[in-house]
Amino acid sequence: MKRRTFSSLAAGLGLAASLMGTSAMAQDNMRIALVVKALGIGFFEAAAEGAQEAAAELGNVEIIYTGPTTTTAEGQIEVINSLIAQGVDAIAISANDPDAVVPALQRAMQRGITVISWDSGVAEEGRMMNLNPSSTELIGNTIIRLAADHMPEGGQVAILSATATSTNQNAWIAAAEAVLPDFPGIELVATVYGDDLSDKSYREAQGLMASFPDLQAIIAPTTVGILAACQAVSDAGKIGEINVTGLGLPSEMAGCVESGATKSFAIWNPIDLGYTATMIAHALATRAATAEPGAEIPTGRMGSVTLDDTTSAAMSDPFTYDASNIDQFKDIF
Amino acid sequence: MSKQGLMSRELLLTGAIILLLGVIASRFPAFIAPGNLVNVFNDTAPLILLAIGQMIVILTRCIDLSVAANLALTGMVVAMLNVAMPGLPVPVIIALAITFGAVLGMFNGVLVWKLAIPPIVVTLGTMTIFRGIIFLLSEGRWINAHQLSDAFKAFPRTVLLGLPVMSWIALGAVALFVVVMNRTSLGRAFYAAGGNPHAATYAGINVGRTQFWAFTISGALSGLAGYLWVSRFAVAFVDLARGFELTVVAACVIGGVAIMGGSGTVLGAMLGALFLGIISNALPVVNISPFWQLAISGSAIIIAVALNASANRKKGRIILKRAEQAT
Repeated sequence: MKRRTFSSLAAGLGLAASLMGTSAMAQDNMRIALVVKALGIGFFEAAAEGAQEAAAELGNVEIIYTGPTTTTAEGQIEVINSLIAQGVDAIAISANDPDAVVPALQRAMQRGITVISWDSGVAEEGRMMNLNPSSTELIGNTIIRLAADHMPEGGQVAILSATATSTNQNAWIAAAEAVLPDFPGIELVATVYGDDLSDKSYREAQGLMASFPDLQAIIAPTTVGILAACQAVSDAGKIGEINVTGLGLPSEMAGCVESGATKSFAIWNPIDLGYTATMIAHALATRAATAEPGAEIPTGRMGSVTLDDTTSAAMSDPFTYDASNIDQFKDIF
Repeated sequence: MSKQGLMSRELLLTGAIILLLGVIASRFPAFIAPGNLVNVFNDTAPLILLAIGQMIVILTRCIDLSVAANLALTGMVVAMLNVAMPGLPVPVIIALAITFGAVLGMFNGVLVWKLAIPPIVVTLGTMTIFRGIIFLLSEGRWINAHQLSDAFKAFPRTVLLGLPVMSWIALGAVALFVVVMNRTSLGRAFYAAGGNPHAATYAGINVGRTQFWAFTISGALSGLAGYLWVSRFAVAFVDLARGFELTVVAACVIGGVAIMGGSGTVLGAMLGALFLGIISNALPVVNISPFWQLAISGSAIIIAVALNASANRKKGRIILKRAEQAT
């Protein structure tokens, strides 16, 4: 699983934080609970910000941002039980365990509460729909586009992946190869594997530079790989010649963007994710939309999402970060 | 007699390295350009440092599986220190890294010496403990390039007389330990304690204490490598150098260090490390499937062990023949 999800990465932060007061509120307000893996995590704080934005846009919606203080399923079950007792209208959860929270969420649904999962999904029987930040196809397309954006003349690109057997990366690379014909002039010359080890990734990046002197971009859809490649390109003095891009975290990539080794990279945007989850929860809770395969749910400024056979939906292309917005996000996650 | 055998062993390894370079050059000539060879040596420098430490530990019939975890923990500690106090001069950081690594090594050493726990168990345990401590310290977060000070990152890359400082450090360590192993009583005690512990005890050598010092040296070198590693790759996280301890043991084995203790040289360990370093640097450019890469590294280790085993057998036979002749 070498690509860390942001949530589990950030989960280590686990700060003690107090639950937000749910004091007297106007009963006509719709109350949507955003249940996160743990409180005090930058990624989820940003998602809550997006949820508030959606609430402001919708009007008459109150966001209850809550979660356990440590990333445990037990803690989330307690939180869910308390939300059931409060009689909230909707629960949008990023689950610490896809199965352990199912019984509690089923109880919530029996009491008429709308339940959706986002970021880290819940098993099908425990939610009405699941919102994934992105999809394999969208990620595959994005990583190629990131490189192509800075290669107007076309040229050679190479992929530096995690291990040769990592499921996620292989699926993304296959999707990337599938969309290559849409980018004329872009030639994928090699796919190498750094095993998510700094030293091996660094050597593989060096090897790519030696084997392909005309290489213009290294695409690394893994956080260890993209950092190692960025360092190898900087050390080789090839900043400006070779653009290192792929998937990374703003907090980790800030140095690479600053040095110019990376012109842009992508990862999902937590603000958009919280916003979209809130929009969907609102649409389902007001019966404006139903969660069934094939249903299209409007999501405000994010457009709309379409549910697949497992009532899952992909939000959007990963969000692109570059010199213009890295400072805003590097402290968030 | 044994000295002669070891010398030929190193010559053999040097020959193997030259042969290896030749094979690689036939597929990718640019690999043996001097500039690239400097890169390869520099890339192998941390492995050389750890292999020297590991060799000394193996000499005393122990093994240190915690070296990579020690490297990662020390790396994280110095990285956090650098973030907290960006003004701290690099020599101070290096001194702290060596000291901190040595303390971690001493912890292994004390457990082996005073509690007589098998070293493989002790270091397997401390390996996990060290990784766990990194998680507790860092809370799972990474320390990234932009958080580290420029001086911290620049030091190992600074080029002196054509070689980066990191390479000079490895060469310096090789020179230092060639002297220590051959010209000091502690150095000879390492050989004695591993070659024949009972005889060593009768000769007045405290075997346990000798093992303690071996672990301390291994720890100190791991700590030094920890700083170099974090500085070179400009990132520190829990999984840093995951699995590297096995590469280090492999370098020693290829370098002719007898896994049963008592025999091995600093030069051999360095050559073993270089052999692996060349392979791992060459595989990306000669375009071999990643699945084969593992098989190739593995075969090199087995061939080396096989050579070691046959060398040891020969020695045994000779001793028996002499014994027969004497009676």
